[in-house]
Amino acid sequence: MGLTAYIVRRLIYGIILLAGVLVLNFFLIHAAPGDPAETIAGAMGGATAEMLSGIRAAYGLDKPLLTQLAIYLGHVAHGDLGMSYYFNQPVISLIAARVGPTILLVFAAQLIAITVGVVMGVLAARKPSGPLSAVITVLSTVGYAAPVFWTGIMLIILFASIIPIFPVDGMTSARFSGGFVAHVVDVLYHLALPAFTLAIIFLAQYSRLSRASMIDVLGADYVRTARAKGLSETKVVFRHALRNAVLPIITVAGIQFGNLISGALLVESVFNWPGMGRLAFDSVLRRDYPTLLGILFFAALMVVIANLLTDLSYRFADPRIRTGGR
Amino acid sequence: MSTIEPAIGGGVPEPVSPLREAWTVYRRNAPAVFGTLLLFAIVAFVLYGTFIYKGDPYEIVWAPQTPPGVEATVPLGTDNLGRDLLRGLLKGGGPTLAVGAAAAIITLVIGILLGGIAGYFGGWIDDLLMRITEFFQVLPALLFAMVVITLFSPSTITTSIAIGVVLWPQTARLTRAEFLKIRELEYVMAARSIGARNGRIMWKVILPNALPPLIVSATLTVGVAILFQAGLSFLGLDDPNTMSWGLMIGTNRQYILDAWWPVTFPGVAIFLTVFAVSLVGDGLNDAFNPKLRER
Repeated sequence: MGLTAYIVRRLIYGIILLAGVLVLNFFLIHAAPGDPAETIAGAMGGATAEMLSGIRAAYGLDKPLLTQLAIYLGHVAHGDLGMSYYFNQPVISLIAARVGPTILLVFAAQLIAITVGVVMGVLAARKPSGPLSAVITVLSTVGYAAPVFWTGIMLIILFASIIPIFPVDGMTSARFSGGFVAHVVDVLYHLALPAFTLAIIFLAQYSRLSRASMIDVLGADYVRTARAKGLSETKVVFRHALRNAVLPIITVAGIQFGNLISGALLVESVFNWPGMGRLAFDSVLRRDYPTLLGILFFAALMVVIANLLTDLSYRFADPRIRTGGR
Repeated sequence: MSTIEPAIGGGVPEPVSPLREAWTVYRRNAPAVFGTLLLFAIVAFVLYGTFIYKGDPYEIVWAPQTPPGVEATVPLGTDNLGRDLLRGLLKGGGPTLAVGAAAAIITLVIGILLGGIAGYFGGWIDDLLMRITEFFQVLPALLFAMVVITLFSPSTITTSIAIGVVLWPQTARLTRAEFLKIRELEYVMAARSIGARNGRIMWKVILPNALPPLIVSATLTVGVAILFQAGLSFLGLDDPNTMSWGLMIGTNRQYILDAWWPVTFPGVAIFLTVFAVSLVGDGLNDAFNPKLRER
């Protein structure tokens, strides 16, 4: 199968998955107890029977369920995720304003976790029973076991009152002035703590995985050959071994994407990061169905895209898959 | 005792049952033993602590934000309202541990059922079930759990179900892989040749042999479920009338710069519990897979 055909097939599969997400969410929310019309009216402050029926008509809530679903799917296909009951704004613009910060946070955390995790794992693999190995095993288990929101709070206490070198709140400084570059620096400065907090949970998995994978690879014949040729240890480890050890790490990085988004919900709440997490939280509390549906859909969309990118990078990282596939 | 000694070594070793062998490996694993003892200590603290140190965790007993170790009546200090933190820790542990265990059981039941059917029958059933599994893996678990809890009013039971419903895909995949491997083995064929029905082969022949990796996975799932419960109650999405460690952190988070202790102690409790559970899980993994031990 050629690369294009492969991508097309994966795209179609992704679209089917996303359509499934829409249908599932729609029915879940309608299966729940409680009348959305009364919720809207409640948010507006009490209502008469006429008002309720007015709301039902305005939001299409009086039509049969399947018609509502068809209406919903049709709207989504046109990029319309409905109006937020609570914010009284199109859901798509609510999400559009917040998706950027979430993506930034998730990618930064993933980058930190993979880089630091792989370096730790590689160092540990060179002496599998050495003290560094033990330290890494303990540290990674500790990082995994601490609840991410609590780690965040502990870091806030540390950096807000004890060593105040990083901002602990929001994405930009309130009294901000300067050009584009200064703005980018300001955002990255604010990103440091939330991204590091989120990365801590995933460090454990990447460091353990790359350690195990490197131990495997370092015992392989071609590594012995490379050593026998007289190559420097750095070249053997990074050029010959790591390239082969990186495949399982790519696979896991793809699988972790959904978990990163879950973690980001909590981290955003702790650091007041203006992303989708805060919006999800607000819409859950207000029973703001269209917004909640939209967020779930967008989160699933992000995961589907991440999985697609993972598959592609896997094909590029492993020449066997590329040539064998063609 | 035999009088004939073999020529080399100390003779043929006694056959050891796999379970006994696993136990031997496990009890020599210092972190695993430490984790087990820690877990027992936490469970005992939560189960019996409330009988020794009685009192309503919601009751205001002393001045707000009393630091720990200052007042003998409130050894761990008080929160922003003046509630006894030790009472909260003792009362809050029960729901946290119960939800962790219940969610792990739900995960295991759904995962084994679907994964077992997919792995045993293969073909289109496998395809269908695995597509459903992938579908659930696309939904970010915490967000999905938030939705489920919001739809069906928050309670300990809803939280357990919500967490179980989002965590099962991994167990299903693991079960499927084990069933695929085991169904081709001779003893399964032997069972089939004497006319055993599918249900019997699946649950009486294959499942017991697939259990070791599933037990490891279930243990680790308890840890994940506890973290989920903590996260949900931290966000205030669990039942606000059920004291839990996550809720204590959530209600005191605004005051962290005035008082560090009301958020620190419940967090340490969650951390120690999940840490102990992961040590036990890792220990079981090493014990069941002696070949992987050097990793």
